[in-house]
Amino acid sequence: MIEDRPLIYKYLRHDKKFPHVWCGGCGIGILLGSLIRAIDHLGYTKDEVVLVSGIGCSGRLPVYVDFNTLHTTHGRALTFATGVKLAKPELKVIIIMGDGDATAIGGNHFIHAARRNLDLTAIIVNNNIYGMTGGQYSPTTPYGQRATTAVYGSVEHSFNIAQLAVCAGAVFAARGTVYHVRQLDGLIEKALLKNGFSVVEVISQCHTHYGRLNKLGNQIDMMKQQRDSAVPVEKARKMSPEEMEGKFEIGILVDREAPNYLEQYNKVRQKAKNALSLQLTKEEKEESERREALDKQ
Amino acid sequence: MAKKGKHSIAIYQSWCKRCGICAAFCPAQVLAQDEAGNPYLKDPDQCTGCQLCQLRCPDFAINVKSPRKKEDKELGKNGEKVEEGTNA
Repeated sequence: MIEDRPLIYKYLRHDKKFPHVWCGGCGIGILLGSLIRAIDHLGYTKDEVVLVSGIGCSGRLPVYVDFNTLHTTHGRALTFATGVKLAKPELKVIIIMGDGDATAIGGNHFIHAARRNLDLTAIIVNNNIYGMTGGQYSPTTPYGQRATTAVYGSVEHSFNIAQLAVCAGAVFAARGTVYHVRQLDGLIEKALLKNGFSVVEVISQCHTHYGRLNKLGNQIDMMKQQRDSAVPVEKARKMSPEEMEGKFEIGILVDREAPNYLEQYNKVRQKAKNALSLQLTKEEKEESERREALDKQ
Repeated sequence: MAKKGKHSIAIYQSWCKRCGICAAFCPAQVLAQDEAGNPYLKDPDQCTGCQLCQLRCPDFAINVKSPRKKEDKELGKNGEKVEEGTNA
């Protein structure tokens, strides 16, 4: 059995936590599979990966993996991840958030993390609703769709997370679905390789709440809807807004280069050191060198 | 791609939540659900080894094992059962 399922035995806490807590047919399980395949393909060791999550259904994900993990407060996954990355730049920091976690409670952290361009990989699971807490409407619930707190339909317009990331300055923004699982593997891999703030929005299904309240059917029907309404980016560019009504583009929305925060910050440190060293006494210089040696360790 | 009928599919019922995704999206209709929703192999000979059931299973409860190319050659033309081995 172990020979047949090497990835599961290598990366998941298969002997403790499975079967997992998510509803049968939930897309987060498919995403978890995609994530471990991407990490395995890139050859990262378990010790150099940090998985940070916030609160929500997706917040449960780090429980099941055997990496360094951090389960943080609601919406603050990116802030904790920023701290981890600044303290230990050699680690690969991946953030798993839900749509509410990333764009409502942590909305400001999200846009500023994108603007700052620290080398982080944010994976945002978008199921259009707050699943864990009982189906309240979230910033990605489409206009007119029902939720337990919007029984006559949501009157607010929804966020387009991948586009938001593009506009906020992320160097890599992509959207995939759990139906297009092979493409999702590739998108996560590219995002992990990118030096800078990269975002992958993963369209998932919440048949338990969103599907039931909006009469969209079960998990299979919802995955079929993903298949039917997803349009590749190249094709979507040629389509009119009317044709794109109710559809969304999948693929890489943006892949660009921009100065990385850490590189910039190191330049500032160097400049400050140069300016200071002119004024330092001999003892202070020794102290500074001793600290630098400690940092390097 | 390996030939049809040489892939072994294992379903781990203890992890399965009977969501039916594997059966619904199998391109060759190899899998089906019984009355209780448990997936079973309806037509294993038709399996092309695409592994979409394995990739889309949210519960890691299904595994497709395809013979390695080397073993494939050793098998010869009569297609005997493949010996157990690693499938890296």
